[in-house]
Amino acid sequence: MKLVTAVIKPHKWEDVREALETFGVTGMTVSEVSGYGRQKGHTEVYRGAEYDIALVPKIRIEIVVEDDDAEDVLGIIVKTAQTGRIGDGKVWLSPVESVVRVRTGDRDAAAI
Amino acid sequence: MDGYYAFMLVATALVLMMTVPALALFYGGMSRSKSVLNMMMMSFSAAAIVGILYVAVGWSMGFGGDGTFFANPFELFWLDGVTTDSYIFVMFQMTFAIITVALISGAVEGRMKFAAWLAFVPVWALVVYFPLAHMVFSCTDDSLICGRIGAQDYAGGTAVHINAGVAGLVLAIMVGKRLGFGKEPMRPHNLTLTMLGAGMLWLGWYGFNVGSIVFGGTTDEENLAQFYAETGRTFANTTLATFAAILAWLLVERLLHGKATSLGAASGIVAGLVAITPAAGAVDIEGAVAIGAISGAICAWAVGLKFKLGYDDSLDVVGVHLVGGIVGTVLIGLFSTADGAGGVDGLFYGGGFGSLGDQTLGALVAIVYSGVLTAVIALAIKFTIGLRIDDEAEVEGIDGAAHGESAYDLHTSLSSGKGSAFGSSLAAPSPSKSEGASA
Repeated sequence: MKLVTAVIKPHKWEDVREALETFGVTGMTVSEVSGYGRQKGHTEVYRGAEYDIALVPKIRIEIVVEDDDAEDVLGIIVKTAQTGRIGDGKVWLSPVESVVRVRTGDRDAAAI
Repeated sequence: MDGYYAFMLVATALVLMMTVPALALFYGGMSRSKSVLNMMMMSFSAAAIVGILYVAVGWSMGFGGDGTFFANPFELFWLDGVTTDSYIFVMFQMTFAIITVALISGAVEGRMKFAAWLAFVPVWALVVYFPLAHMVFSCTDDSLICGRIGAQDYAGGTAVHINAGVAGLVLAIMVGKRLGFGKEPMRPHNLTLTMLGAGMLWLGWYGFNVGSIVFGGTTDEENLAQFYAETGRTFANTTLATFAAILAWLLVERLLHGKATSLGAASGIVAGLVAITPAAGAVDIEGAVAIGAISGAICAWAVGLKFKLGYDDSLDVVGVHLVGGIVGTVLIGLFSTADGAGGVDGLFYGGGFGSLGDQTLGALVAIVYSGVLTAVIALAIKFTIGLRIDDEAEVEGIDGAAHGESAYDLHTSLSSGKGSAFGSSLAAPSPSKSEGASA
């Protein structure tokens, strides 16, 4: 199994969710996060005072998938979240040893 | 004149609303999320303290008789000798004292000891506001700004706005800058509160300006005619100056910084209202639009001065109230018309430099009087109670340090504290307890 973690632009989140659902992904964990990459935040002006706001709001998606699906899911996220402009985000895969469904105790593939 | 008395009941409630909660919302939204409660509490506490003190000696010092600087504080002590049918005028003036003191709090967001504020408020009201209110609003021959100098101030450009603005400047310098000022971003934490507060201030300002009518007639009929003529003028002037100031502020912002902002619109509202306050009765509607536009533009530029000059007037009491107050007070000298409340033509209406000189002198007296005495009071508190909370409390947030509260609990599922203050009665039936017992 693999954990797919994606950090994407908030306005792309709904497109990504729809595409993943169409593919057959049944659940995911989503959080509102903030951070920065090479684009280094943005500036805001209040009563003439210009502030560099380092942190940019992003959406983080976490999905546990079977090994065979991992590349497909990653590809779908990259394709739908891409705008081609700076700040599109990142997606990464990491190995997962074991998964348990809390309600039933089902393990691994049965728990996904 | 029954209508006038009914109107004063409403006007007085409106002006009280300007402090509680309008100013508290306006300032609270501009504060950081860790100091919004303290900011609002500065307004609420000022209302309670100044209100009682005003009834005790404030009315008497203001309107208890003659005097260059103030009248005898004990002539009408605790409203002794004031009949209840005059109480509404006492209450009306009381609400002016309250908001003037509360306005100062914006200069010291997030770092002033609450005890120091509670000490500053009554002393400042007694030593600075009550006398200035006498000099401006009690127009006896003796009173300095209205009687002797003859400066026009319809509703408090000098006594309220210049006064609070100078005091804010002095206090901001004495208390010192917020930690991280000029280095860390200090964004307003909730501009919707600020927009709401600005709108409510505007509504309340109709009580403030229109309610400030002073009758000059000898019969009820004459006064009634004045009431109709003057309230329409002051209402229209208050409205039009504010519209003009919003547009001017947004334009300057757009030109200097690229975008027209909501904070700029809220600030423009206040800048326009401040400037038309002294001039509401003196000018015609063209004059009101001009004064509003000039004030909006100048204040939009003036709020940047603190970064150039290096004082942390956190929420721009100086840039809006001092600068707007001076603009409105001095421009009366240009735009005043003889058919207005002051009965003098300004420079642009063929009245020469006389009015301009009086207005400038009146503003200067208010600046010097408020500046010197505020400095003395602030120094006295600095070396007794101390003005400032310690650095750790300031970084963690004054709301927790001064009041033991946080304004927001947005992540309730993660805040796992137990309600120890409520004892076992609240803790016992909680789900976590019962689950733990059965496991």
